Amino acid sequence: MSARTLYDKLWDAHLVQKRDDGSALIYIDRHIIHEVTSPQAFEGLRLAGRKPWRADSILATPDHNVPTTLKERASGVSGIQDPVSLIQVKTLDDNCDEYGITEYKINDQRQGIVHVIGPESGASLPGMTIVCGDSHTATNGALGALAHGIGTSEVEHVMATQCLVAKKMKNMLIRVDGQLRPDVTSKDVVLAIIAKIGTAGGTGYAVEFGGDVFRNMSMEGRMTVCNMAIEAGARAGMVAVDQTTIDYVEGRPYAPKGENWEKAVQAWRDLKSDDGAHFDRVVEMRGEDIKPQVSWGTSPEMVVSIDDNVPDPEAEQDAVKRESMKRALQYMGLSAGQPMRSIQLDRVFIGSCTNSRIEDIRAAAAVVRGHRKADSVKEAIVVPGSGSVKAQAEREGLDKIFIEAGIEWREPGCSMCLAMNADKLGAGEHCASTSNRNFEGRQGYGGRTHLVSPAMAAAAAIAGHFVDVREITGGQAA
Amino acid sequence: MKSFTKITGIAAPMDRANVDTDMIIPKQFLKSIKRTGFGKNLFDELRYLDEGQPDQDCSGRPLNPEFPLNFPRYRNAKVLLARENFGCGSSREHAPWALDDYGFRCIIAPSFAEIFYNNCFKNGLLPIVLDADIVDRLFKEMYAQEGYELTIDLEAQTVKTPSGETFEFEIDEFRKHCLLNGLDDIGLTLEHEDAIKAYEAQRRQEAPWLFDGLR
Repeated sequence: MSARTLYDKLWDAHLVQKRDDGSALIYIDRHIIHEVTSPQAFEGLRLAGRKPWRADSILATPDHNVPTTLKERASGVSGIQDPVSLIQVKTLDDNCDEYGITEYKINDQRQGIVHVIGPESGASLPGMTIVCGDSHTATNGALGALAHGIGTSEVEHVMATQCLVAKKMKNMLIRVDGQLRPDVTSKDVVLAIIAKIGTAGGTGYAVEFGGDVFRNMSMEGRMTVCNMAIEAGARAGMVAVDQTTIDYVEGRPYAPKGENWEKAVQAWRDLKSDDGAHFDRVVEMRGEDIKPQVSWGTSPEMVVSIDDNVPDPEAEQDAVKRESMKRALQYMGLSAGQPMRSIQLDRVFIGSCTNSRIEDIRAAAAVVRGHRKADSVKEAIVVPGSGSVKAQAEREGLDKIFIEAGIEWREPGCSMCLAMNADKLGAGEHCASTSNRNFEGRQGYGGRTHLVSPAMAAAAAIAGHFVDVREITGGQAA
Repeated sequence: MKSFTKITGIAAPMDRANVDTDMIIPKQFLKSIKRTGFGKNLFDELRYLDEGQPDQDCSGRPLNPEFPLNFPRYRNAKVLLARENFGCGSSREHAPWALDDYGFRCIIAPSFAEIFYNNCFKNGLLPIVLDADIVDRLFKEMYAQEGYELTIDLEAQTVKTPSGETFEFEIDEFRKHCLLNGLDDIGLTLEHEDAIKAYEAQRRQEAPWLFDGLR
């Protein structure tokens, strides 16, 4: 057999049926659902008199709508004050109860953001096909899995048939070799990649992240990178399996045990691209060239380094891009040439499926330790990605570091990343956010999002404006 | 699903690149557990001057006079002309639901984000990719001529302008077939139930851990 990429291998292993026009039926191993994109799918099943093909392949949790204050969470589902959110969360509970689907309900310690709980519980494993009605499902690709977001009709299709109608994507390799500077994190790497290839650069491709930088990265870091593949237009991002992957998976609640574990590990060792495998596109970058990144505009490709100034649209040759830049500057209330450091922050958000894992919380806490939030910052919140992350952080005393610094420590959920709950920006407010999208209105009507790493967000909370992390930590990396 | 064969309708502009699904339908409207009723909140933050709320009666809300869909000339538009990477961002199918509910049947752009593109076909909405320079010409002609209508013929895979000029577009055979006939693809997949079961039986031998239920 000719040399295959990791994506080729995952595709081949899940091919149920090939059609003449190039489309195919692909088998889905794991389906993760949440309250926002599943109710219409369940309704569709019910109307057609169908049942889930394999109800025990589905894992559910409410995350998008859930409140994050202890006050609102204390009494469980019935404590949700927004009546529309309440109905949506209750509907998920009812649907899961009716069809016998495992759900981590609102105050279950295992509840959390879909893309955090999948890998954490071992429900997401190397070599799987994993789907969820959420575009950030590619996060799971960090395990060496084929994972991507789907729409609600496809959620219904997967529930009813355990398959997806798909067409094979092209292969792209994004290779980052060399060493990262100590103050540069996985988030900076992926933002730099998006700035380089653009928000449509990965459209039509399954992206494999390869090279020294990803080999040396923790699983949490790889998840951050794969999470944002969609921000470069790629539905699926992935990293080959290595010892780091296997060490991460071992012992997780749903990981295979005993004889099956040995067999699985043997199979997983092959989950990497063969030497000489063909990639339709290769992008190469050097780790040393990447600096801490901050977004200035309303698209995740509108990113510069902390040392840079806000770019000038007049320098852009392409007319459509120039117009987008002008509109972005107007929306963001920024001027061309203004130093990124001069941007004053109103709020700081540390959380989201991109950056709410234990490593992210530790990185933010390391910067905050011994400092206080700037008075000019109205609110800074840390929202752990799951109940398990929260419990681990509390065991390490990280919650106290934030609280002593005047930063709020919240209950797990998607929170201010998309502001479907009460956590949102006011009009005109600037936010240093560890989330993934700086779209207009994303974090609140008229809100202004700047995407950064957890360390950079923490540093901004202390300084009140963007700074290089090293200025807070005295030259030490966080 | 609604079928799509041939339509003629007013074209309206969404003249910016990277229109994301948050812009098409903002998050507060995603709390609905229904598939319908999203049309009044399509492009909500651009279309109205105030912040929209779920279940709100929109008839009295202040309209943004500068937003093209509020111009009388684009009333009852069926075709949306757009720029690069239309529908990027979130996988929310509420975006095509909102476009459909508003009355659009077809979107023409130089490129689409993949998940959005996929979602359109599940809802009888036809996304058409044409070269950027052709889309640019259509924009110019549309701006120059009030009542500018396009005719989309899915069987022939053509877009026809009022002057009779015709552009061909590409589409997957399977998607075309489903859209022309309004087929439910779950039903089609279930016709291959035996193939799915055979795959499962073989896979269970090779990788039994994949079938450990979540309990």
